[in-house]
Amino acid sequence: MTYFFQLVISGIVVGSIYALAAIGFVLIYKSSRVLNLAHGQIIAAGAYIIYSLTVFCHIPIYISFVLGMILTFFLAMSVERIFLRRLIGEPIISVIMVTIGLMSIIDGVIYLTPFGSENLSFPAFLPTQPIIVSGIYISYTQLVGLLITFLLIGGFTWFFKKSTVGISMRAVSDDQMASMSVGISVPRVFGLAWATAGLTAAAAGGIIGNITGLNFDTLHAFGIIVFPVVILGGLDSLPGAVVAGIIMGLIQQFASGYLDGNWGLYGTANLLPYIILLVLLLIKPHGLFGTHEIERV
Amino acid sequence: MPNLSASDVTLTFGGLHALSSVNLEIASGQITSVIGPNGAGKTSLLNCISGFYHPSKGEIHYNGHRLTKASPHQVSKIGISRAFQNLELFRGTSVLNNLMLARHKDLSYNLFNAVVFFGKASRVEAENRKYVEDVIDFMELEPYRNQVVGNLSYGIQKRVEVARALTLTPEVILLDEPMAGMNIEEKEDMVRFIFDMKNEWDITVVLVEHDLGVVMDISDQIYVFDFGEVIGTGNAQQVASNPKVIEAYIGEEE
Repeated sequence: MTYFFQLVISGIVVGSIYALAAIGFVLIYKSSRVLNLAHGQIIAAGAYIIYSLTVFCHIPIYISFVLGMILTFFLAMSVERIFLRRLIGEPIISVIMVTIGLMSIIDGVIYLTPFGSENLSFPAFLPTQPIIVSGIYISYTQLVGLLITFLLIGGFTWFFKKSTVGISMRAVSDDQMASMSVGISVPRVFGLAWATAGLTAAAAGGIIGNITGLNFDTLHAFGIIVFPVVILGGLDSLPGAVVAGIIMGLIQQFASGYLDGNWGLYGTANLLPYIILLVLLLIKPHGLFGTHEIERV
Repeated sequence: MPNLSASDVTLTFGGLHALSSVNLEIASGQITSVIGPNGAGKTSLLNCISGFYHPSKGEIHYNGHRLTKASPHQVSKIGISRAFQNLELFRGTSVLNNLMLARHKDLSYNLFNAVVFFGKASRVEAENRKYVEDVIDFMELEPYRNQVVGNLSYGIQKRVEVARALTLTPEVILLDEPMAGMNIEEKEDMVRFIFDMKNEWDITVVLVEHDLGVVMDISDQIYVFDFGEVIGTGNAQQVASNPKVIEAYIGEEE
């Protein structure tokens, strides 16, 4: 039973970070209908920015975490401004192709730097011995990561529900014509959606980097797992992204905890999300909370 | 005196001339109607004024503002608002929320104020709410205030669409076929609202409408469009006796 709860705890920790990463992806899709295939690269970029600030500039980790989020905010905003703004009104497939291009470019840039091949880990800034509650281990990094993740998710939920900018974003995702006619600048909202996505991506990257260490391949895999998460939650649902992120984290932990090593199975944690992705696309393509688009002809 | 003017406005899509060399002067405080057969360029004209399209040639000015290259949100801030022919409402939320969103441009308070929500923010919110209630009264939407827009009848949704344009405190309101698809009773209500907008709220009305009876009754000035050109202008009698207009509407005499 202790083992079960241990898996639940680590599942929730990893899952909530998936949720944080998925929020940014959903946000961009929701406001502009663009599937940002370069989201994983933005997560990696954010993680490396935070790492550089901490290690090379010797800035205390909490401050470099916030600084890194702000820098990635502007990075994502300029990506939208430079590459995607001019594609407004173009077929959506062209825009998605551009995000694939972006993916390769950011990949290339990261491989040029030492980050591309090295295994790095953040300097320890929290007590390294884990907390043990009735036999269940949880490390301080996990605990703080979980706390920050939930704070951010809560903050963003509030932001979308109540703030003027959040309301404009929801309005644009509902009806662009109507939004324009009530004085909302749609391009500005797109820019902000990207920027906010950058912010959450950097946070997710920073937290996962602290928990598992920084390795470009791991970050890559982390970026790709966002897809099964958002498909499970429904591409355009923020609560869906949060719920699905946590479900995905749990599924992965249970798979590696109970399946791996038995019946000759290994690496199921990496495989299961994509099996779920395939099956979902066949039977429930809108995910758990996504909007059903009904077209009457 | 004219305060919204278009000179030599041309709008082309590839080889198709949606508008060719259109000149108009819309006097403030009046009801100006734009009529014409389907595809004559009426909605294209509204799209050019409200910034959804930019004319390929020509200029549009309003009270010293150049609208030719302005984007829709800028035009709405200058004081020109618009109701769409095909409803563009936030269907999943209440009538009240739809209208409150139109006060967005007046939500000048910054993020900090919005977070703590007292002082200026709550005062602005209260003022906005009062204005929205005035519009709801005016458009007689009281019974529907908290209903989800998507569940309302088509006629009422049209009314919400017009109400939202009014909520933007416009000086000029562009109405694109506000009476299309309505029954007689709903039409009469809408005519009354349009008339009162002009008389009580001093709003300049630009009306695109197919119901010629209504247009002839309430318009101070009429522009008749055909194939993207203005083929006649004047008051109701002048337009009705214009041979080109008769030809466009009834056909040429053999």
